[in-house]
Amino acid sequence: MIAAILSITLLGIALGFALGFAAQKFAVETDARVAEIEALMPGTNCGQCGYPGCPGAAAAIAAGEATVTVCPPGGKALATALAAKLGIDADLSGVSDEGPKIATIAEEICIGCCRCIKECPTDAIVGAAKQIHAVMREACTGCGNCVDRCPTEAVKMEPVPVTLQHWVWPKPKLEPAWA
Amino acid sequence: MGLIEKIFSLLEPAHWGVHPADRKRPAADVPVRTLPLPARLYVPLQQHIGAAARPIVLVGQTVLKGQLLAEAQGATSAAVHAPTSGIVAAIGDITAPHPSGLGFPAVTIESDGDDRWAYGYEGGVCVDPFSLPPQEIARRVAAAGVVGLGGATFPSALKLGLGLRAKIHTLILNGGECEPYLSCDDRLMRDCAAEIVDGIRIMLHATGATTALVGIEDNKPEAMAAMTAAARDFPDIQVRSVPARYPMGSEKHLFSALTGQEVPADGRTTDLGALVHNVGTAWAVHEALRQGRPLVERLVTLNGGALERPGNIRVPIGALVADVLAFVGLKTEPARLVMGGPMMGNRLPHARVPVVKGTSGILALTALEAASLDPGPCIRCSSCVRACPVGLLPLEMSARIGVDDLNGAVDLGLKDCIACGCCSYVCPSRIPLVHYFNHAKGELAAQGRAQLRNDAAKRLAAARVERLAREAQEKAAAAARRKAERAAQKAAEKAAAEAAQQASEEATA
Amino acid sequence: MSGESLSLTMPTASPHAHAGGSVTRVMAKVMLALLPATLYGFWLYGWPAFHLFMFTIMFALFGEAFALRLMRRPAVPVLLDGSALLTGWLLALSLPPWEPWWIGAVGGLFATLVAKQLFGGLGQNLFNPAMVARVALLISFPVPMTLWVAPLPLGSVGAPGFAAGLQITLAGIPQLDAVASASLLGFAKTELSRGIDLLHAAANTPALSWVGARAGSLGETAALLIAGGGVAMIFMGIISWHIPVAMLAGIALPAALAHAIDPARYLDVTAHLLSGAAMLGAFFIATDYVTSPNTRVGQLIFGVGCGLLTWLIRTWGGYPEGVAFAVLLMNALTPAIDRLVKPRIYGRDRKGKPLDIAEPAP
Repeated sequence: MIAAILSITLLGIALGFALGFAAQKFAVETDARVAEIEALMPGTNCGQCGYPGCPGAAAAIAAGEATVTVCPPGGKALATALAAKLGIDADLSGVSDEGPKIATIAEEICIGCCRCIKECPTDAIVGAAKQIHAVMREACTGCGNCVDRCPTEAVKMEPVPVTLQHWVWPKPKLEPAWA
Repeated sequence: MGLIEKIFSLLEPAHWGVHPADRKRPAADVPVRTLPLPARLYVPLQQHIGAAARPIVLVGQTVLKGQLLAEAQGATSAAVHAPTSGIVAAIGDITAPHPSGLGFPAVTIESDGDDRWAYGYEGGVCVDPFSLPPQEIARRVAAAGVVGLGGATFPSALKLGLGLRAKIHTLILNGGECEPYLSCDDRLMRDCAAEIVDGIRIMLHATGATTALVGIEDNKPEAMAAMTAAARDFPDIQVRSVPARYPMGSEKHLFSALTGQEVPADGRTTDLGALVHNVGTAWAVHEALRQGRPLVERLVTLNGGALERPGNIRVPIGALVADVLAFVGLKTEPARLVMGGPMMGNRLPHARVPVVKGTSGILALTALEAASLDPGPCIRCSSCVRACPVGLLPLEMSARIGVDDLNGAVDLGLKDCIACGCCSYVCPSRIPLVHYFNHAKGELAAQGRAQLRNDAAKRLAAARVERLAREAQEKAAAAARRKAERAAQKAAEKAAAEAAQQASEEATA
Repeated sequence: MSGESLSLTMPTASPHAHAGGSVTRVMAKVMLALLPATLYGFWLYGWPAFHLFMFTIMFALFGEAFALRLMRRPAVPVLLDGSALLTGWLLALSLPPWEPWWIGAVGGLFATLVAKQLFGGLGQNLFNPAMVARVALLISFPVPMTLWVAPLPLGSVGAPGFAAGLQITLAGIPQLDAVASASLLGFAKTELSRGIDLLHAAANTPALSWVGARAGSLGETAALLIAGGGVAMIFMGIISWHIPVAMLAGIALPAALAHAIDPARYLDVTAHLLSGAAMLGAFFIATDYVTSPNTRVGQLIFGVGCGLLTWLIRTWGGYPEGVAFAVLLMNALTPAIDRLVKPRIYGRDRKGKPLDIAEPAP
């Protein structure tokens, strides 16, 4: 019996050392990971995730504080890419996609003050002082920064209309037990 | 072929799809009827793969039959012509024959009842297509708006050009019509065999191919006979029988059945020297080159248990499905309206959708005929594995898609899926497998688009940062320049003042 | 459009036609194939066997209903698909016919509640529920589970009537020694362990009557009727020949080889194939859709594995009968088999790479 206790104890100690050594030697450098994660993100620093810009969100994701679905403009594509990079399974059920909202400017209300133009991180708004402003739909990421800046509330976020070209079959809904 | 390979191929059953009940007769044996001209025709601008056509007519304009309504936008596009004479009543949206129920733009023509053909269609009536160079034939086919009439609606001129460039040697004509209920190609081959053969000869000339193989399923003996008789004088056109099995009409499977070769997964039939066209497309090419007529009408099979008088109807493009159903008569309210065949057709949201160039059939199914919508759990019977003509694992792919593991499904071969419906057809639990695959493919495409948007947004944000930095730099440079100028001016003033002072000092001295 | 509700938020996908099969229909056909052997077993072993059968099935259904209630799902539609009924039926066929009611009850409950519903319900279980239950019973109650009785056909002298049979099932066998008998495999193992080789013991072996009039479980004695039902299923298209042939070959080939080498030590092929649950296992148990591989080649591997393991356990293992263990072990390997053996995709080679253009197709 003594032999059994001794051998198992020695084995446990040896394996413990091996694991500790591996944790040291094969540890992943978080700094490099943060840079890689940041490279995947949109880079607009819109702040919808609640972190200070894309670098902040990247650091949080690398540290494990934020989930991979934290970035709304990134959508499912970004979440999947991040999950693949981190080697984890992502729960994508809550992620909406295709930039569900786009800014639109009501031309009758716009006074041409240029405040929204200065705010837009992708320069998606065209216009000049005292000229009507308009949003270029392809460049708008739906970050929403412009909405608060407008003094006349001319800017609104509206859902992107679905066209026949971009319509996607929804996932079939079966009973929960066998979905 | 290794030993393991040989053993596997002996033990694995050949993947050849399913054999659903035919249900083509008696509709296939009824002579073709022509739909009486409807009061209004709604001609969609997108009836083909590629960019939508751009309208060149205005509301209120009078048009004649065959007149160009919208021109092709780019190479992968097709022109759209007026199916009858009349006035352009509107250019707006109409419900698309698509399960989403979304709309798409269409030109509404209020017919004047005369059905007058326009003359002066580009190029005029051509007497001898064989004197024209192949590129000219393709150009005329494009001008006639001919697209693949088997249902895929790929612009035919583009396909002919592809065949010419790939230096194909065999033209394959798809007379399979493997879907149950449908018989428009069957009828066309029986009634217009000579025209089809003529179209085949023109297409041979347009592609430089030396042989044409016409594949007809063995459940169409009359069509076989008619086509064989029509092709008798042309030894380069061979009519062959293929076993009736679904999906024999799939391009790659028909090719394999006729030539015994297999198309590589990332390639096309042109890589192996063959080009596949539908027999209806051959007929349309004949019409375009010999009669000078653009594609403005087609044969549509009306079938299904809810119809009074099923059969094949000659329908102008743009006629509403409701008009055609009224013509053939409804015995009962259909439980399901389908455009196309039952295996791959689209369920229609209602009957007020237009007939388009790719409409091979309209089915009015009773509740008994239509598949039930009551799925159960997967019992892993692997009937779907045996039914899949491509050799995929539908049960595994759908399980992964169910948990949103789309990449896992792609690893199992999702991109090779042809959405034929064999798997869902045999599933005893009635799982909507094709629905899963359609969803996954669409979702992946949407994610790809989202990724492109992300990349573009990143570039725009970087460009903005650069712009701001540049403007700040220019501002600083301009400010520094102005400062230097002012300093220089001040120095000049000071020098001038000193000089003046010195001059006055000298004057007083 | 009447008759179907159309939802634009959940559009209907193609295909719009269906081959017409359903799970209930498949289960019904399997039960039809089992019926002759089952009825024969009732006749051979009398009313106690019938009562045990009913108890097992009842509790199997009850276990399924209970699990569904816990999940707050309607029980009746699921029960009607017939899978729980079939599980209970197969379990009952593999039990000694005069078992007390609680063996059938515990087994039935275990099969549906633990081995099936706990895993996620129909289609989600990794192991064959009937075999899991049988093995659980065997390990937990080894003495009752190896208590075989000699056949006492209905109408023969001494056969208990309906009520007497019910009493046996509820209260236990009154005069045990009078009716207990060893099954062939059990006898062989005991004799070998006592050092008596098979040739000398042959005079006392339970008769391996071709019509199965010997001690054994309900399903094992009617081996030929079982095989007949299995062949019927192959013709009906419910199963294919691959697993049964592979499993029987997996038993027969080593048995033939070993018996040729040392007939005194190893049972012959016929004994192996007709005794125990070999036939039942080959046609009805190993062919279970959920726990067997998807591809035909994979099924062959699975079948051979089941057969081989059965023979190994029977010959050298601690238990006289090995089918249940063999099937469970191969069930564990099914995901691995499915991962390694996949059909070849059109246009690709076996490894998944697109075909080269010059190469002819494999």
